[in-house]
Amino acid sequence: MATQSEQRPPKGKGFSAHLTQFLGSMNLAISLLVALGIASVIGTVLKQNEAFSNYIIKFGPFWHEIFMALGLYDVYIASWFLFILVFLMISTSVCVLRNSPLMLRDMRHFRLNVQEKSLRAFHHVQEESFEEAPDEVMQRARDLMKGQGFRVREKKAEGHSLLVGMRGGWSRLGYVFTHVGIIVILIGGTLDSKIPVRVAQMMGQVVAEHRDIPANEVPDKSRLTADNPSFRGNVNIPEGKSANIVFLGLDDGYLVQSLPFEVTVKDFRVEHYATGQPKSFESDLVLRDLETDEVIEQTIAVNHPLVYENFAIYQASFGDGGTKLDLNLWSLNPELDRPLTMTGSVFKDYVVESQVYGPMNLEITDFRLFNIEPVVNSEGQTEQKNIGPSFNFKLRNEAGIAKEYTNYMNPVDQGGRFFYISGVRDSPSEQFRYLNIPQDREGGLKRFMTYLAYLHDEARVGQIAREATIQAAVGAQMSQEVQDQISQTMQRLIMLFAQGGYDAILDDVSRNMPEDKQEAAAEAFIKVLHSGTQAVYLHMLKDLEVGEPDERDWQFYDDAISAVSVLPYYGSPYYLKLDGFEHIQASGLQITRSPGKDVVYFGSFLLIIGVFMMFYIAHQRFWVWITPMDQGSHVLFAGTSNRNPLDFDTLFTRLNKALFGSLNKSA
Amino acid sequence: MAVPEEIMQGFEKPSWYQRLTVLDWGWALLVLVSTGYAYSRYQSFMDGYEIGILIGSGLSLVLMGWYWKPFRLYSIAVAVLSLLAISIYGTDLQIGEQNFFLKYILSSQSAIMWMSALFVLATVTYFGALFSGNDFVGRVASAMTWSAAVMGMVGLMVRWRESYLIDHEIGHIPVSNLYEVFILFSLITGLMYLFYEARYKSRALGGFVLLVISAAVAFLLWYAFDRGAHEIQPLVPALQSYWMKIHVPANFVGYGAFALAAMVGVVYLIRLRGERRNPVGFAATRLPSTAQLDDLMYKSIALGFAFFTIATVLGAMWAAEAWGGYWSWDPKETWALIVWLNYAAWLHMRFTKGWRGAPMAWWAVIGLFITLFAFLGVNMFLSGLHSYGQL
Repeated sequence: MATQSEQRPPKGKGFSAHLTQFLGSMNLAISLLVALGIASVIGTVLKQNEAFSNYIIKFGPFWHEIFMALGLYDVYIASWFLFILVFLMISTSVCVLRNSPLMLRDMRHFRLNVQEKSLRAFHHVQEESFEEAPDEVMQRARDLMKGQGFRVREKKAEGHSLLVGMRGGWSRLGYVFTHVGIIVILIGGTLDSKIPVRVAQMMGQVVAEHRDIPANEVPDKSRLTADNPSFRGNVNIPEGKSANIVFLGLDDGYLVQSLPFEVTVKDFRVEHYATGQPKSFESDLVLRDLETDEVIEQTIAVNHPLVYENFAIYQASFGDGGTKLDLNLWSLNPELDRPLTMTGSVFKDYVVESQVYGPMNLEITDFRLFNIEPVVNSEGQTEQKNIGPSFNFKLRNEAGIAKEYTNYMNPVDQGGRFFYISGVRDSPSEQFRYLNIPQDREGGLKRFMTYLAYLHDEARVGQIAREATIQAAVGAQMSQEVQDQISQTMQRLIMLFAQGGYDAILDDVSRNMPEDKQEAAAEAFIKVLHSGTQAVYLHMLKDLEVGEPDERDWQFYDDAISAVSVLPYYGSPYYLKLDGFEHIQASGLQITRSPGKDVVYFGSFLLIIGVFMMFYIAHQRFWVWITPMDQGSHVLFAGTSNRNPLDFDTLFTRLNKALFGSLNKSA
Repeated sequence: MAVPEEIMQGFEKPSWYQRLTVLDWGWALLVLVSTGYAYSRYQSFMDGYEIGILIGSGLSLVLMGWYWKPFRLYSIAVAVLSLLAISIYGTDLQIGEQNFFLKYILSSQSAIMWMSALFVLATVTYFGALFSGNDFVGRVASAMTWSAAVMGMVGLMVRWRESYLIDHEIGHIPVSNLYEVFILFSLITGLMYLFYEARYKSRALGGFVLLVISAAVAFLLWYAFDRGAHEIQPLVPALQSYWMKIHVPANFVGYGAFALAAMVGVVYLIRLRGERRNPVGFAATRLPSTAQLDDLMYKSIALGFAFFTIATVLGAMWAAEAWGGYWSWDPKETWALIVWLNYAAWLHMRFTKGWRGAPMAWWAVIGLFITLFAFLGVNMFLSGLHSYGQL
């Protein structure tokens, strides 16, 4: 139907005619549709808007620079992508502007000025001569057309009369509706896009903030005022707290968007199905307009936002809102650092003193009430089980280097033995490595920590080593000198082990022994070490007034030695044991202002209506050209339709038969 | 002179409501009474939108039955079997294991297995009819396809009820994951094919169209047996919305129509090749004419495009309510756009350039792969907000 758009520009017209011709051409439109489709694929394959550091890890610095320059990390706002969209909009607009007048005229136009010759050239045409007079034929044709719901126009001219029946002109309006619909949608989308912010950013009026600082310290250049007509931002509000800003992501940083109201989260709830899956996320909100002091209270949930004026507040996520933690800091170097207790809150920083590591910055980063993890049960099967609360923190030394930890509050069952578990890693890209501290009979850490303290106590270890050597010497022929040597070695090995694990002993061997004797020496040293650590363990059990050690006690010993052996790599002066907490959640809200939304919906409505008009209404015309003859008349019956040629075949045949069959053929 | 009756019919075209028969009004009455009953019984569980959807469904059902008469019998068969199953269940899901009818025929899982078997059998039978040229075999194939569509719909209806029997709070319409929508896809494509089969009075396409459905059934069975996807799962919060009831079915009318168009494209290409190689051969004589195939291909793409447009707009409106924005360039959204752009380009080519023939048939076939990626590939390979029913 838009064959009109393929008309060549009249000769002699200048550049502008050619430009319009180009912009409105169907080739361009289809190329743009295809280009847009292909460009869109990029953003679905390449994960959008991640932290730049992730991209560098994934692609390397070289490709990262190229991808960033091409805007592939935020394709749908990249200038070249917008260029395609703008081009599509211009192309569609030119098409609509040029074709709509033609369409609208054609819609009402009966084509009474048609030539008999051109009717004969139609695909659907029949002619025959009849006995009836022209007026009689005209009457029949009129009845036929009107009976079928056609609108009818007639013309009497010299030498012939003509009747035209037409219906379905609305089909042409379908063209206008669909294409205007697309333009309206694109305009609506533009109203809601990041384009104004990007322009301001390019002009240097807006600068993305990258630092992790309180919102009220963010400089004005990274702030947007409350009269910004369109935005979509996020904010986490702890229970009981309020906010009148949201954060908008921009490149690798953020902007602070002020709101004309203040939102308070009174309560946040997660409800679960009986199976454990989350059933609903809900927040009780109080919204107070900062100008009018109007207050609205409403509970929002996923799929049930709070709409206020042209703002909408959505339940987008949730997280910790600064849970208060009661912490017990067990020293892992008992000779130097005293144990501590403290209370801390998630997202707060604290200084922890240590003789070994110097002052360290403790940054509590998260708390989780539930941890659903695969756990091997007593029958050896793996099942998903909640292993209770955990919290995450970082310990940063004076040089600024941090290790990240995740500690579980409750001991975890591992094949019938219970352990306090703490994971450690040097960077977020690594997996956590776990320290498993065996739980003692009383359900705590006391026995392990006491044992650790014994192992670190040089004088006590020396004493125990001597006693152990004397015991071993009974029965064996051993001079005092040898005994002293053995007990000193034992003491030294235990101290080495307590400070540096097995590696410290192996280091010692490789430093002090000739190469060919290292293996035998290491084996002997480990034996001596283990008899020493066992002696220390037995000594401690006696001090703790535990009776004769049983199998479980020896199991504990093995687990404790494993734990001690990895402690040097744990990198923390303390084991942070969570003794209690007060859970405070934060509700993650998305707040939007979207002036283009209704525009887009209106455009979509036009598009849908238009599509149905275009596909399901056929613009049909029938011509009945009657030429008077000496006796009766000659009748030419022709028709066209812009849709469904096969269906029209049937209709044409039927109507033709009805008209011609009601007349008497002239001999 | 006397004018024959049939010729006079051409003159007076009765308006559409004058052409409705007593049977048509009976149908309307039946549907409206049923809708009214459903309303009176369940109104307290529905919000305003859901009541709107109920009334809308009732009216659509009336119109569908008027427009396509066999659909009435289909609906009644589905209703009778579903209600029978539901009444046997009562309030105890366990009865499904004990009652003969439920266990082997009418429980959702059995009904879906029947659907699967019938669709595959029908595919074979349609090809048998095509190669043997036996009309009776063809009628058997049609009957099988109808029965498969009935069993599929019964399966979904009963599954809907079963989800409520598991637990009231778990209950939901069964269009919430890949398993359920594959059933929907199979039966919608099957019904659309049956509509055109009657319209064009030709069963030659049956085997080809049902090949796609058989492929969907194969996936369905693998998904159920290997991944246990048939287990009814509770809805994640984002899916708890009345929008799901209209967005998903609209989408699958689109997907079904695109699949139909692609298979018609395949037949078109076979026929074209047959005409070139051997004008009196099998392919050139037994398959429908290229003009008819071209017409059907256009009609199904037009229908698919119209419904896909509606579905995408509905999806955008839902996204605005659930995710805070009507368009987030989420992978699923973006791929929906790509599918839409693809068929928009196809339609432009046909309308304005008058393209017909082999290129358009190839394009329709390629279109199915793009659609398939949007429908399945996105869930498999890309992550995003719209990741329901992961593989």
